Amino acid sequence: MKASAAGACRPARVRQGRRPQPVSVVSYIIRRLIGAVLTLLVVSMITFGIFYLVPRWVGASAADLASRYVGRTANAEQVAAAVKALGLDKPFYVQFWTWLKAIFVGADFNTGTSIEHCPAPCLGYSFIGRNPVWPDLLDRLPVTGSLALGAAIIWLVSGVAIGVLSALRRGSFFDRTAMGVALAGVSLPIFWTGIVCLVIFSYGLGWTAPGGTYTPIEQNPALWAYHLILPWITLALLFSAAYARLTRAGMLETMGEDYIRTARAKGLEERTVVTRHGLRAALTPIVTIFGLDLGLLLGGAVLTESTFSLPGLGKYAIDGIIASDMPKVMGVTLLAAFFVVVANLIVDVLYAVIDPRVRLG
Amino acid sequence: MPGGHSFLDVRDLRIHFPTDDGLVKSVDGLSFALDRGRTLGIVGESGSGKSVTSLGVLGLHNRRNAEVSGEIWLDGSELVGAQPEAVRKMRGRKMAMIFQDPLSAMHPYYTVGVQIIEAYRVHNDVSKAVARKHAIDMLGRVGIPQPARRVDDYPHQFSGGMRQRAMIAMALSCDPELLIADEPTTALDVTVQAQILDLMRTLQQEFNSALIIITHDLGVVAELADDVLVMYAGKCVEYGTATTIFEHAEHPYTWGLLGSMPRLDRAVTSRLLPIAGAPPSLINVPSGCAFHPRCVYEPRTGGLGSTVVPELADAGGGHLVRCHLPTAERRRIWAQDIKPEMEGA
Repeated sequence: MKASAAGACRPARVRQGRRPQPVSVVSYIIRRLIGAVLTLLVVSMITFGIFYLVPRWVGASAADLASRYVGRTANAEQVAAAVKALGLDKPFYVQFWTWLKAIFVGADFNTGTSIEHCPAPCLGYSFIGRNPVWPDLLDRLPVTGSLALGAAIIWLVSGVAIGVLSALRRGSFFDRTAMGVALAGVSLPIFWTGIVCLVIFSYGLGWTAPGGTYTPIEQNPALWAYHLILPWITLALLFSAAYARLTRAGMLETMGEDYIRTARAKGLEERTVVTRHGLRAALTPIVTIFGLDLGLLLGGAVLTESTFSLPGLGKYAIDGIIASDMPKVMGVTLLAAFFVVVANLIVDVLYAVIDPRVRLG
Repeated sequence: MPGGHSFLDVRDLRIHFPTDDGLVKSVDGLSFALDRGRTLGIVGESGSGKSVTSLGVLGLHNRRNAEVSGEIWLDGSELVGAQPEAVRKMRGRKMAMIFQDPLSAMHPYYTVGVQIIEAYRVHNDVSKAVARKHAIDMLGRVGIPQPARRVDDYPHQFSGGMRQRAMIAMALSCDPELLIADEPTTALDVTVQAQILDLMRTLQQEFNSALIIITHDLGVVAELADDVLVMYAGKCVEYGTATTIFEHAEHPYTWGLLGSMPRLDRAVTSRLLPIAGAPPSLINVPSGCAFHPRCVYEPRTGGLGSTVVPELADAGGGHLVRCHLPTAERRRIWAQDIKPEMEGA
């Protein structure tokens, strides 16, 4: 009787506990989208500033910047014409606006001999290569994408699996070995492991391609994988080491939580306790890091691409830097920033899906 | 100690944890028995071994870092020496547990319904739809309004009292015959505490289960328990019916617990009487009676208190006391000093 009396005084409190779930998820996503657009704007401003403003601060004149594009033999009039054509004499905000506008509506570039049209999205025009940057980026994106995604699958699966096993067998031989290897994996630079792998597996044993080649997946999937397997493993080694350590730490923490004890008290099998209850909670920080890492890599796996001579975005940026071809470098930088911001956005949204408590926050 | 053929029969249970600092004897030779429909209150300070005992009964100690010995008989089967898989199958179905803090004890990523469904389906081969109906039914029975809607809420969307009700619903979902509640009301505010205790009493009668309430709050014990077991440093120091413990307590530690319990029926002017000192280290348990460093009556034992471990002896009618003081003297102290003081006379 007392219990029913206790129940009777409850209904008044129900309303405040109801969740406006769908609305809150949508508004959450919209908030994050606006944030992402603003971030991109700021990033592009900073990027533009670094490449166009900083040289001026350190003493380079507009003529110095323009002379890069007209060649060493150009006379003063030609340089002055280039300054004018490039708009280098205009204030920063005008230059930025011109550049930003080009992304959406395209732009025309006066190369001195002809007017070249750079259609939207125009991420700049390479005066050295005499071509717009964007198609170049599109060409190289599949290479970097293949490299990053393939490696990501390998490191995610292996890193999480090793981390979970290490945590469950804490202090065991397996744990110590795995964490030792992981420490080595995190510490060794890619250009070293990459070259060692090349020497052993490619030039020594002849199992894999020596690098420098890329076959599009739609042309020949087997060859695509064959050419990428070594870069994948090299890149994945670095990341799976970090992920193994991260997963292990996360699992050790969650497996000590009260809700794990509850799950065991319910009589669940240990496998279910570990995966459904332990790993599920430990995955949240891993998803975050994974999104950021993948976003970063999509913008160009500079070291890996250089080590294996893969014609990806990272290599493109390096080539741009060596040739002082700023529009190329800027294009890659902005694209990389775009991927990071988008990855962040996806992670934020995924967070709301993974952890229901985030939605109200 | 009542032995023989009780539904739950714990005999000489020892749970020790080897650590770098030494062997932690959390439970050291504990015996008790409990029948269906009865409620046992296990009382003691933090670190007295109450929770370790309850986790031990459920077989939730990791065998790699805990040494469990003794016997635990549940409905005729022995659990300490049983295969872990056999004990797992009994967990949740035959014996279930309600934890102290329902917010941390429920998984934050799953809805309350999913967690109850999971608990039900481990032991019952039914479809998700059937289990869901059962979950809604259980939520309704523990007094959650609009259970069909609340079943899809996450634990953080429930209030503290609601969460504890949901926890109880989860524990009862497979109709367990033994229910252990570890500090079930400690994390709740006082008004909700009373509701939860009422609910547990009602449900226990309805399910006719054996109930163990673990608490440091004698008020909770007074509300629910038929029998009371007072634990100190991993050992039972006093055992008896609730009436015996509250009306004729004979152990100085129990007197301390009773004296430090706020009571509404006591005169406002009287002060609470705390027990001096701190709970003992479970690695270096005091010699003799573990309570002797804190016991004001220790000088009256003639040196026995610090040298000889007192036996748990029957003081009459199944009332067990572990104390060196002669029974007559204990009764005299209780009648002349303790009881009048408690009642604020």
